[in-house]
Amino acid sequence: MSIKLEHVNYIYSPGTAYEIHALKDICLELKDGEFVGLIGHTGSGKSTLVQHLNGLVKATEGRIYFHGEDIYGADYDMRRLRSKVGLVFQYPEHQLFEVDVLSDVCFGPKNQGLSAEEAQERAKAALAMVGLGEEFYYQSPFELSGGQKRRAAIAGVLAMEPEILVLDEPTAGLDPKGRDEILNQIQKLHQEKGISIVLVSHSMEDVARYVQRIIVMNQGEVLFDDVPREVFCHYKELEQVGLAAPQVTYILHALREKGFFVDENATTIEEARDTILDALRSGRQA
Amino acid sequence: MIRDITLGQYYPANSILHKLDPRVKLLATLTFIAALFVAKGWPGYLAATIFLVVIIRLSRVPFSFMVRGLKAIVMILMITVVFNLFLTPGDKILVQVWKLKITDVGLRTAIFMAIRLTYLIVGSSVMTLTTTPNDLTDGLERLMGPLKKLHVPVHEVSMMMSIALRFIPILLEETDKIMKAQIARGADFENGNLIQKAKNLVPLLVPLFISAFRRANDLAMAMEARCYHGGEGRTKMKPLIYARRDYAAYGVVICFLAVIIALRVVL
Repeated sequence: MSIKLEHVNYIYSPGTAYEIHALKDICLELKDGEFVGLIGHTGSGKSTLVQHLNGLVKATEGRIYFHGEDIYGADYDMRRLRSKVGLVFQYPEHQLFEVDVLSDVCFGPKNQGLSAEEAQERAKAALAMVGLGEEFYYQSPFELSGGQKRRAAIAGVLAMEPEILVLDEPTAGLDPKGRDEILNQIQKLHQEKGISIVLVSHSMEDVARYVQRIIVMNQGEVLFDDVPREVFCHYKELEQVGLAAPQVTYILHALREKGFFVDENATTIEEARDTILDALRSGRQA
Repeated sequence: MIRDITLGQYYPANSILHKLDPRVKLLATLTFIAALFVAKGWPGYLAATIFLVVIIRLSRVPFSFMVRGLKAIVMILMITVVFNLFLTPGDKILVQVWKLKITDVGLRTAIFMAIRLTYLIVGSSVMTLTTTPNDLTDGLERLMGPLKKLHVPVHEVSMMMSIALRFIPILLEETDKIMKAQIARGADFENGNLIQKAKNLVPLLVPLFISAFRRANDLAMAMEARCYHGGEGRTKMKPLIYARRDYAAYGVVICFLAVIIALRVVL
């Protein structure tokens, strides 16, 4: 169920000197309640791909099904699709425009046809989800800090209560603290509300800790699609396409080569710490 | 990612015209336009046609791109032709409908006027299609160099032109992005009456203006950080230097003008 892509191709400006084949025969299925990481180098087509998920960009070829319905069908309601699949663009703070934070977050729900009161309620709930309290409601969105602006913008999409939340590089340009805050909040949303999440990123480090499944894209094609530890096994291929596995993968592989009995498939710093400690405690080399 | 927005009208190709110095192309275009108004009678226009066809073939730009520029002037072209056709007095009346009459002189001027305007647009399209906007402003700056003596800020004007041109695709891309972001939040830019449509543009225009000012600010800061202080004593990374083909091109253009003038004088 959920979203299914069948042989999706997308070509920018076909037939001119600027033609680019951005997506090549993509077949994917995103299931309900999944937390997926979509990873690729700049220009790998990941941003183009996510814009297909809510129908902003129409595939040159191929079909997309949302809950089994063809979204390119003649009488398919795109606006309903867009309120089910929430898309947070790169640098979403650049889309803020209202006089205060609360009315900006209300923009989405109002477009869904909700009354002003309902929209405000949704907006307040969404702002709470991203950790912006009452003191922010009537501030100008342009006076917030970078991280706060971004959270306000994410709340603007959350207020539409999507079933699937797609975030395109939500941590770009944030400091490590802002990054961790945002990613932790996204994880909380996934765990508490059961929203499916697609997290687009070019950093394995960011994604490894949170996602259940990683899709690696390269030059418009899906290179790997698996659980993180399986994907990171291919760290040499990842390097060839301009990506890298998390640093722990490298350390563990190096330790293994030196003869320490560590589990090189650990993906997070905590797992790595445990396996290294175990190896040291048992004291014996493999 | 978005590259379906062409920079100006530039069409990238590898041709002798693309390689020519922009100054040559600017002056040649001016000469060509002047020649169109000097030319008189069929032989002159035949010479201009041959010249234009050869140039178009040399440019390796598809003909459809050349004609694209004509769409904008179809109305002006029609009006000119109609006025010339019906309102020029002449000796021989060819057709007469009520008070409107078409004379032989009227028919001739109408046809020549149409040819003139069409060639004028196609001729300047050849220049803009084969020259990048940056080359064009560079060429203009050098050609207008003498005006500096009259205290015209030539460098500054051409710098502003380059920046404006450079920002067109960036702002278009930005518009596209903000529009998509707002559509993703349920905004509607297509339906509704005029007032509603104007209102619906607010979520697009406010972020766009903010972004334009932010970018302008960043650019000014970056230019200052690199000690930009205007044209005084500034050198270029790629200075415009005439090559042999540029002199040859000047020669061809002068020959063309000579032929046109000769045809006018002799015939």
